[in-house]
Amino acid sequence: MEFNFLADVVEYCHREKKDMAQAMLDYEMKNKRLSREHVYEGLKRVLITMEDSVEQGLSQMVISPSGMLNNWAKTVYHAPTETLGPLLKKAVARAIAVGEVNACMGKIAAAPTAGSAGIMPAVLVTMIEEHSIPRQKILDGLLVSSAVGLIFAKNSSFAGSEAGCMGETGSAAAMAAATIVYLLGGTEEQILEAVGFALKASMGLVCDPVGGLVEEPCTTRNAVGVANAFVSAQMALAGIKSLIPADEVILATKEVGDLMSPRLKESGQGGLANTKTGREIQKRVFKPAE
Amino acid sequence: MSEQPSIFDILGPIMIGPSSSHTAGASRIGYIARQLLHDEPTKAIITLYNSFAKTHKGHGTDKAIIGGILGFGPDDERIRDSHEIAKKGGLEWEFRFRGDSTKYHSNTARVKLFGKKGGNVEVVGASLGGGRIKIQEIEGFPVDFTAQSYTLVIIADDIPGSIQQISGAIAEKGVNIANMFVSRNETKANMVIELDQALESEAQEKIESLTWVRFVRLVEPMMEHSSRYEK
Repeated sequence: MEFNFLADVVEYCHREKKDMAQAMLDYEMKNKRLSREHVYEGLKRVLITMEDSVEQGLSQMVISPSGMLNNWAKTVYHAPTETLGPLLKKAVARAIAVGEVNACMGKIAAAPTAGSAGIMPAVLVTMIEEHSIPRQKILDGLLVSSAVGLIFAKNSSFAGSEAGCMGETGSAAAMAAATIVYLLGGTEEQILEAVGFALKASMGLVCDPVGGLVEEPCTTRNAVGVANAFVSAQMALAGIKSLIPADEVILATKEVGDLMSPRLKESGQGGLANTKTGREIQKRVFKPAE
Repeated sequence: MSEQPSIFDILGPIMIGPSSSHTAGASRIGYIARQLLHDEPTKAIITLYNSFAKTHKGHGTDKAIIGGILGFGPDDERIRDSHEIAKKGGLEWEFRFRGDSTKYHSNTARVKLFGKKGGNVEVVGASLGGGRIKIQEIEGFPVDFTAQSYTLVIIADDIPGSIQQISGAIAEKGVNIANMFVSRNETKANMVIELDQALESEAQEKIESLTWVRFVRLVEPMMEHSSRYEK
């Protein structure tokens, strides 16, 4: 069973009268010769890992070895001012929590990468806590996100060294946007619109980590990725359309990634990494090898 | 139709951060070295190359490799404290750094392990991203395998008929050979045989008992061994 474009997945859904989660369940069961229970068992492990990483970042002391991250998740979570209500504030704190746990050698589920691992957990926990979606349904949301990730991986790249941060937090935001639309009852077509919106907002985003570490700006970009996912899902659920179809937007991310300078793709030498402050931090954190 | 990716390639791996290449992949290289030693390691000499050499501290590469040598999977939270655990367990180690090797992939580690029973093994592995790795050298022989399936590694005197005898011992147990790679130097041959399933220790012992065989190890696929299932 093979899906090369999101349109293939939607076509399968219509033909088989199934939703996108069921389509991806069929895909995994057929290709990997797994039982339904086995797939859900795996999804549950991913969800538990995600929930634990959010919880850890919000409850434990998390200061990264470089000192660049210092208990920011808790700071945001308990902040008195809310720009868009408690939902966004909490969602942002949850994304930062996972970024901090990751930087401190805690356990995370890459989704799709370690550098973008905060977005899906933040969105899923927020859908459970603030939208009261049952956890069993959340597992179907994970299946929907995997459709987006699968097609993105086939036609573009998750690697910061190939597609910049567009390939990491961009693809994660698209996966999360699709999940939100699905969990709030959107159609397959609306799921694709949300993917289009989220990726267009990430188009050309560079990967310029200070000192080459998965901390700055990765952690706060995860937080912004969460906002991207909710905004994209909001537009799609309202019924407006991405004029460029999602599959074509994905192909455009490939072209843009190829055109980006290698210095701006996870080299740790361009963009923010190459600012005066970025270089100073790098010097402080790394003593030269040998 | 080529092999399709799993949804768990996208939702995963479940791993100890911060980096799938510099942390998760590094721990796997250590873990495979331990399997190839097939003994409790007492001493490790680890050479980190290129990007591993330059950024190991910030990515916890040094902790991850020691964790792997201790037998921890890439998602085992003990990785964070692996140096303390190793010290308590009596493992000595030494890191060396080569920041400028053109011979090896950017994220490469050479791991030499010495075991309690007196044996030792030297392994070179590269971390390819997403937690995937490739073993490139064992005991100086060039090899090329990913340890995603059961892999039998054999070093033997290079005598005629050796391949037939070894593949015969495997076939006898009804185990399928998925791939087989052979490399040679002046006197010895190295075989890396990827299997569709595990090989009973009986068959392994039979191969080991052949007088011209010097070294036999079965490397088990990493995912199955991960501590993620303990939860």
